[in-house]
Amino acid sequence: MPTPAVPAACQVEKTVPGPGMGDFSYVGIDAILEQMRRKAMKQGFELNIMVVGQSGLGKSTLMNTLFKSKVSRKSVQATSQEKIPKTIHIKSVSHDIEEKGVRMKLTVIDTPGFGDQINNENCWQPIMKFINAQYEQYLQEEININRKKRIPDSRVHCCIYFIPPTGHCLRPLDVEFMRRLSKVVNIVPVIAKADTLTLEERDFFKQKIREELRANGIDVYPQKEFDEDAEDRMINDKIREMIPFAVVGSDQEYQVNGRRLLGRKTKWGTIEVENIAHCEFAYLRDLLIRTHMENIKDITSSIHYEVYRVRRLNENNTAVAHANGLPQHHMTSHEM
Amino acid sequence: VVYKRERVGGVNVKSPVAILLIVQQFNGLWVEVGEGARAVPLAGHVGFDSMPDQLVNKSVNHGFCFNILCIGETGLGKSTLMDTLFNTKFEGEPTQHNQPGVQLKSNTYELQESNVRLKLTVVNTVGFGDQINKEDSYKSIVEFIDTQFEAYLQEELKIKRTLHSYHDTRIHACLYFIAPTGHSLKSLDLVTMKKLDSKVNIIPIIAKSDAISKSELTKFKIKITSELVSNGVLIYQFPIDDETVAEINSTMNAHLPFAVVGSTEEVKIGNKMVKARQYPWGTVQVENENHCDFVKLREMLIRVNMEDLREQTHTRHYELYRRCKLEEMGFKDTDPDCKPFSLQETYEAKRNEFMGELQKKEEEMRQMFVQRVKEKEAELKEAEKELHEKFDRLKKLHQDEKKKLEDKKKSLDDELNGFKQKKMAAELLQSQALQAGGSTTLKRDKERKK
Repeated sequence: MPTPAVPAACQVEKTVPGPGMGDFSYVGIDAILEQMRRKAMKQGFELNIMVVGQSGLGKSTLMNTLFKSKVSRKSVQATSQEKIPKTIHIKSVSHDIEEKGVRMKLTVIDTPGFGDQINNENCWQPIMKFINAQYEQYLQEEININRKKRIPDSRVHCCIYFIPPTGHCLRPLDVEFMRRLSKVVNIVPVIAKADTLTLEERDFFKQKIREELRANGIDVYPQKEFDEDAEDRMINDKIREMIPFAVVGSDQEYQVNGRRLLGRKTKWGTIEVENIAHCEFAYLRDLLIRTHMENIKDITSSIHYEVYRVRRLNENNTAVAHANGLPQHHMTSHEM
Repeated sequence: VVYKRERVGGVNVKSPVAILLIVQQFNGLWVEVGEGARAVPLAGHVGFDSMPDQLVNKSVNHGFCFNILCIGETGLGKSTLMDTLFNTKFEGEPTQHNQPGVQLKSNTYELQESNVRLKLTVVNTVGFGDQINKEDSYKSIVEFIDTQFEAYLQEELKIKRTLHSYHDTRIHACLYFIAPTGHSLKSLDLVTMKKLDSKVNIIPIIAKSDAISKSELTKFKIKITSELVSNGVLIYQFPIDDETVAEINSTMNAHLPFAVVGSTEEVKIGNKMVKARQYPWGTVQVENENHCDFVKLREMLIRVNMEDLREQTHTRHYELYRRCKLEEMGFKDTDPDCKPFSLQETYEAKRNEFMGELQKKEEEMRQMFVQRVKEKEAELKEAEKELHEKFDRLKKLHQDEKKKLEDKKKSLDDELNGFKQKKMAAELLQSQALQAGGSTTLKRDKERKK
């Protein structure tokens, strides 16, 4: 039977000049960029962000500020009164937003009750369960014989962890949570309600946090090991110098110097949310949305999800090998 | 700021407040999921409109790959057309046509235009249509396409996989070269295209179309299209669902199959050098739309629909292959509870079964071999024993003979001894007798004297 020749990248490296040279030498390969863009616009994007932190740290407000609309769970809640729940709840709300023709399905996953109990042991477990459940759902769909053209992506792309602005150091709860979750999801730590810290206190706090993260081997986004090339590393190093971002959120506008700006008005002045001299909200927004969104999603799908998949499939193999007769579908101990 | 209304999941979301809260259970944890996502207006510029750019940048860094399969009889200008399309000289010398059967030759090239890097693979069918009996011509092509799908499927099913950096070799577009007879499709063409239409995007083109006159061409195209339709061959239709390109695509769809002419030689027309074929009666300009459809082909294949071709290959043809292959191996979607395992598990189980059988066969063969050796050994032993016995017998015989002879010798010796003794005795007697005779005679004489 004739066998096809093994394809080998030939030495023909042809650089074809652009369209300015007259139509006959322009092939049009770079038109694929436009084609991709069209396809992306037609399909739309999905983004799933999880916010984790104690009550009262301004999680919902920050989400609203980030996306300049009422996207947090509070906006869809029937009751206006906020009761701290006795256990951790996971509340997920989806919104369709559009900007300049680009459609996005944004899902904000809130975790009321986290860190609010007297005994907070294992409070990360429900969150881990949830994250793994999303991976499981995706895996199930991917393994189907008849599967959808586009598998709906409910995997958590990014988890914003709110650190209370104590000014000293990370609490054991913070360390534990971030240590465990940084292995399954991209964690972006932020210092919440940063308007209670002076600039010096802020810098000191940040440095302490960075040291503690390093000491505990916690790899937050952007992870050093996933830098693709020197250019990436350079950009990401700059970001790593600045995390955690000290943010202030607000969904109310005030008049400042003749302009209407988002801010918090106090007796001693108005804090402008988008002013980088006041707080680092703008950096967070740029990182999450304007520059690194695709990268965040990429790392989730090609690294975190793959790690989950490998573990899951290996589990089944050993289960099969031992012919255990265990009910195959229950979630075994993925919690760490 | 745009306010969008959307019909989401069967629920007509009319007002911004109408939401459907669905509660799902994740292993004992109640999760409220705001399904039926609502449309919310944005109060300012958020910035996610840069997403398409981010996506494009990522792709540019990664590079693209595109694989074209050219099917056509020998001499229809496949290689020349590829050279013309991509404006470069691909192969060194024309392929040898001395192999039996249809060969598929695949070559990969790295092309770059502005900041876009393309890994282009061109697969050529060598010897297609050359055989006397062409019944099996399509088989090697189908096999090749399936092999690429299989390779991708294997990678996708691996436990530790690297889909991200996998070099996709699946065929994205198949250019089928129709000979410019001017009459109709050959039966080989129909059969081959029918076998391939569910596996790959087929774009039929009329090759060397400068051999056909304009009026003949129109009739030819109509004939081809009607034959394809009546035989149920599904060729690739340029997509018309995206408004940006719907118009141009639908116009082009009407011009299928494209009548092309390829040439890498340049001729001076006016004051420009253009790609053309020069005849004594005139010059056919490749890029002149009045002369041939080359520009249309390039436009459709590369500049407008390359991404769609790749997507169709992945979401339609590959999915079909995958579905069939997995069903063939015995997987089912029916039992949701043990699904992720059944795929991997059954695959592993089947593999183990196969390995087990292989091992069993190996074992059997080994046993047989051992058995044969034993038998042969026994045989040889038997023969050896026989030889020994024979030897022993002969030896015994020999010994018996020897003994007999010795006995005989002994008896003879005895006889001889006896004889000797007798002789001696006789001699002694004689001598005695003589003496005695003397004496005896004396004695007798004495006695007589007495």
